[in-house]
Amino acid sequence: MKDTAVILSDEKQIDVFKAVKKQKLVRFLKGMLFLMPSIVLFSLFLFYPLGRTIYLSFFLTDGSGDPTVFVGWENYLNLFTSPIFLKSLRATFLFVLYTVPGTILVSLFLAILANEKLKGIGIFRTMYASTMGISVAAASVFWMFLFHPTIGWLNQILQALGFNSIGWLTDPQWALLAVSISTIWMNLGFTFLIMLGGLQSIDRYLYESADIDGASYFYQLRRITLPMLSPTLFFVITVTFINAFQTFGQIDMLTRGGPQNETQLIVYSIYQEAFMNYQFGPASAQAIFLFIVILLLTLIQFKLGERKVHYQ
Amino acid sequence: MHPVELIGVSKSYDKAEAVLTDIDLSIEEGEFFVLVGPSGSGKSTLLRMIAGLESITSGTIRMNNKIVNHLPPKDRNLSMVFQNYALYPHLTVEQNILFGLRAKKVDKAEQQRRLKETAEMMGLTDLLTRKPKQLSGGQRQRVALARSVVSEAPLCLMDEPLSNLDAKLRAHMRIEIRRLQKKLGLTMIYVTHDQVEAMTMGDRIMVLNDGQIQQIGKPIELYNEPANLFVASFIGSPKMNMGQAMIDNQHLIIEDTVNLPLNVAEIPQVIKRKGITVGVRPEHLLYAKPEEANLFLEIINVEHLGHETLLTFEVGTQLWTAKWLGQWMLEVGQRVPLKLLTKHISFYDSQSGQLMQAPLNKSQLEVVAL
Ligand SMILES: Nc1ncnc2c1ncn2[C@@H]1O[C@H](COP(=O)(O)OP(=O)(O)OP(=O)(O)O)[C@@H](O)[C@H]1O
Ligand SMILES: [Mg+2]
Repeated sequence: MKDTAVILSDEKQIDVFKAVKKQKLVRFLKGMLFLMPSIVLFSLFLFYPLGRTIYLSFFLTDGSGDPTVFVGWENYLNLFTSPIFLKSLRATFLFVLYTVPGTILVSLFLAILANEKLKGIGIFRTMYASTMGISVAAASVFWMFLFHPTIGWLNQILQALGFNSIGWLTDPQWALLAVSISTIWMNLGFTFLIMLGGLQSIDRYLYESADIDGASYFYQLRRITLPMLSPTLFFVITVTFINAFQTFGQIDMLTRGGPQNETQLIVYSIYQEAFMNYQFGPASAQAIFLFIVILLLTLIQFKLGERKVHYQ
Repeated sequence: MHPVELIGVSKSYDKAEAVLTDIDLSIEEGEFFVLVGPSGSGKSTLLRMIAGLESITSGTIRMNNKIVNHLPPKDRNLSMVFQNYALYPHLTVEQNILFGLRAKKVDKAEQQRRLKETAEMMGLTDLLTRKPKQLSGGQRQRVALARSVVSEAPLCLMDEPLSNLDAKLRAHMRIEIRRLQKKLGLTMIYVTHDQVEAMTMGDRIMVLNDGQIQQIGKPIELYNEPANLFVASFIGSPKMNMGQAMIDNQHLIIEDTVNLPLNVAEIPQVIKRKGITVGVRPEHLLYAKPEEANLFLEIINVEHLGHETLLTFEVGTQLWTAKWLGQWMLEVGQRVPLKLLTKHISFYDSQSGQLMQAPLNKSQLEVVAL
């Protein structure tokens, strides 16, 4: 009597197990169905080109981009012996170093200012966010005029103050800095807006409670605002960071990589290698190298960020 | 010397219509003062003005005889517990409790001493390293209380601190807060929209409606002699039974349906004969033997609460409730004999809503000298 009962319940168990398995399969297929459009699009425009680039990076190509000779790792090895590539690597890192902290600090400052409840603050918010609506091309033209050696406002101001004028985009000492400044300006709108959103979502009660506790403005900034803003800051830093590595438009418009390759950032270098010199193999190698660098740095950033960022 | 005094205080947001008008109020040292009123009546606004978080449109606020209208919150020497507790989500319980002391650069050893003392008092010792997210509602509430206790400010403001808790925990915390306040000798201003909370906790209660003071007094005073129809219907649960009434030839006619003999001499303050609203507490709608009854009503609903029974009757356009002690096995549709005594009736002027004549006989029993 007892035995049969046990067997019965065992059989039931197995049935349940099967049913669960089937349900899981159905759910998986359903999920796949919903993912299909993006999988197709990603494959077509991301995974296939990526695979193709990796493939090309092991070949030399003819002028139309068809692989001719298999060279193995040679394209990669050549990169690290090419002084031009090493210089562009250095330029890229410097550029990231200038633009990321610059963008974050300036837009954080502006966002904190614009978060105050003052009369007419809307005007300032619009103004600070406005660079988001300006295309890189338009902004570059605008900065080109500012940087113009003779009629540019920057030099005119310098002269009015009694300094020598600077060849902003032509002096190898200044070119990268000049491009960085204009890039920071272009980034501001977006980062400002995101940070302002982050600041506004911080509960007002926290500040009121701190007011009653007698915490000073800067104490509140340090102990409440910054920690509460950390997820937003992390997001903005990551996005600006990746964008900085991929900068192309303003380089093309302002300096074309010059003077003396001082502003030849990697993406611009890839562009030149591929579409000026028709060296698709080495260009692909550079592209893959850049991809890996960004991937690694972003991973490191996530690892470090995890500890500091406070998620609600 | 009063810890808090409000003189003719008014408030309007953005020059719109007034949220609070002409509030006069003085709070005694060590008092548990409850501000009660329906949603939107301006309780939080008033509390925030006392805290200094909201500007004052007109009038004066004094604390310990000093005008504080212009003082920022930190210089008013008070603590506040917010409705949503306003705990810092990124800080541990310990850091949350010490936030204010650190901001004020209180000596480290002193910080630790107060932290230890407070944590023990509030039963938080084991939770000090947790983040607010990892706490239950009641524990968060205790952290919020601890934060205000640790500041050792003599005046404590609380804005509906129990509204997020379930009924049982709320009843428990009511007692905790009350005990804490007595033990530390705090002056407490406590906002709630729950009249039970107000009645059970307050030394004195102020009823607020539409930004105007309706009545200030001890809980029992408010219950026995509500100054107007609003307070009468707001304080007490189930609420007071009301009805339009007129007096005609030594008879009180309620809602055109109930006719009670009445000795007008007993109610000298009622000069009007028409336009009267009468109020009767549910516990004063008494059961009577049929021969002693002066009122027969048909039951339309019965609620058994275990220790008492609530009966609902229809009187004209109104629903009246009677509260009887014990378990009464009665059926809907039954006509029950009731006794309604003149001495239990409050008389209000229907037009102004003001009290004309309070019940002659209070529900309070003679206090037995212990
Ligand atoms: N910042 C504000 N700007 C404009 N009007 C406000 C503001 N804060 C509150 N009010 C208005 O003031 C009135 C009183 O609000 P208050 O928050 O004091 O009510 P309350 O009694 O605390 O209500 P509750 O019980 O719902 O918390 C409401 O009509 C509300 O709409
Ligand atoms: Mg409120």
